[in-house]
Amino acid sequence: MDRRSFLKLLAVTGVGGVAVFEGINQFGATEAAEIKKSTKSLQGKHWGMVIDVSKFQNAEDFKRIANACHSYHNVPDIDDPKQEIKWIWQDDFEHTFAELESNYLSEKIKQQQFPVLCNHCESPACVRVCPTKATFKRDDGIVAMDYHRCIGCRFCMAACPFGARSFNFFDPRPYIKEINPEIPTRTKGVVEKCTFCVERLDKGLGPLCEEASRGGIVFGDLDDPNSEVRKVLGENFSIRRKVELGTGPSIYYIFGGGGQSA
Amino acid sequence: MYNGGKIIAGLIIFAAIITSPFLLNIGKADEAPQPSLDTPAINQMSEKKCVESAEFMRTGHMQMLNDWRDQVVRNGDTVYVSNSGQEYEMSLENSCLKCHSNKQEFCDSCHTYAQVDPYCWDCHTDTKGAGQ
Repeated sequence: MDRRSFLKLLAVTGVGGVAVFEGINQFGATEAAEIKKSTKSLQGKHWGMVIDVSKFQNAEDFKRIANACHSYHNVPDIDDPKQEIKWIWQDDFEHTFAELESNYLSEKIKQQQFPVLCNHCESPACVRVCPTKATFKRDDGIVAMDYHRCIGCRFCMAACPFGARSFNFFDPRPYIKEINPEIPTRTKGVVEKCTFCVERLDKGLGPLCEEASRGGIVFGDLDDPNSEVRKVLGENFSIRRKVELGTGPSIYYIFGGGGQSA
Repeated sequence: MYNGGKIIAGLIIFAAIITSPFLLNIGKADEAPQPSLDTPAINQMSEKKCVESAEFMRTGHMQMLNDWRDQVVRNGDTVYVSNSGQEYEMSLENSCLKCHSNKQEFCDSCHTYAQVDPYCWDCHTDTKGAGQ
């Protein structure tokens, strides 16, 4: 074969190949007339939360929000701290606000427990390290996960400074008391975490922990100056966890109580 | 040819063994699967139609579910408007399986026949919450 006919053949196969692939693509196309957001869905630019610590005084307050979250989202109840799965849980001052150490903490603060969950950071470390983009940041600020893409490398768990992620070392289904058929479970080998109830926001509902908190948690758009969260933040002294790390948590803590001037 | 008889006899036996699955099953083709549409939700429908035409769903449902997943998980778009203008929530649990509540007689009948083992059911549950 001379050079000229070889090049001709190359051109013909190239065109033919493109045509075949186009054909395959058309075969697989979705026939939708349109794909759109639900008209009911809540729209925000930067979802965040304010947690009023003074509303969380006894074990019942924590149990209520964790149960609401975990039972709805099919989070398994595993009684081993090394293998447990948690989306929202509690911790003490020393571990929640490690950088705010004081030699002479008041007894009240020492005893106080704090609700903790994924902080849905402004620049999340977990998203940066994920090699498959299974973890990503949505336009509304929620750090979401596509479990289909998670390969279980656990880089995100190492990167997250808040311990907000849990790994499924085994099939979680036997540990779920009652499976909620509206929500998928997870499977062995994927990481999971709080979703900010993204599937509820898309239906126009707020997060479950907010709903169950009886006013202890306020959810809203931090970018909207007229939102409830911004109003609460404007009236109270607030702190965030580990801000010095620069991830920009979207969960704010206030200590409520509203003391009188001296 | 040395040992010609043995070699030829061996070849014949070999050919017989290799072709035996085909020879034994001639004319006994497995019945094509009949995915059952007999569920309460479907029986109640006045016009029995899926999100798109049956032909499209038969050949393209896997691609469609992939697209649905990306749209819902990545973009937060949850509503699918079909060619007929009807709106559907893009959800395996809350749309597909609400009508096709008989996973074993519907999904599994073809998947088993075609020997495909989609891992959807590792996480997604059928309506009874029993998973696989």
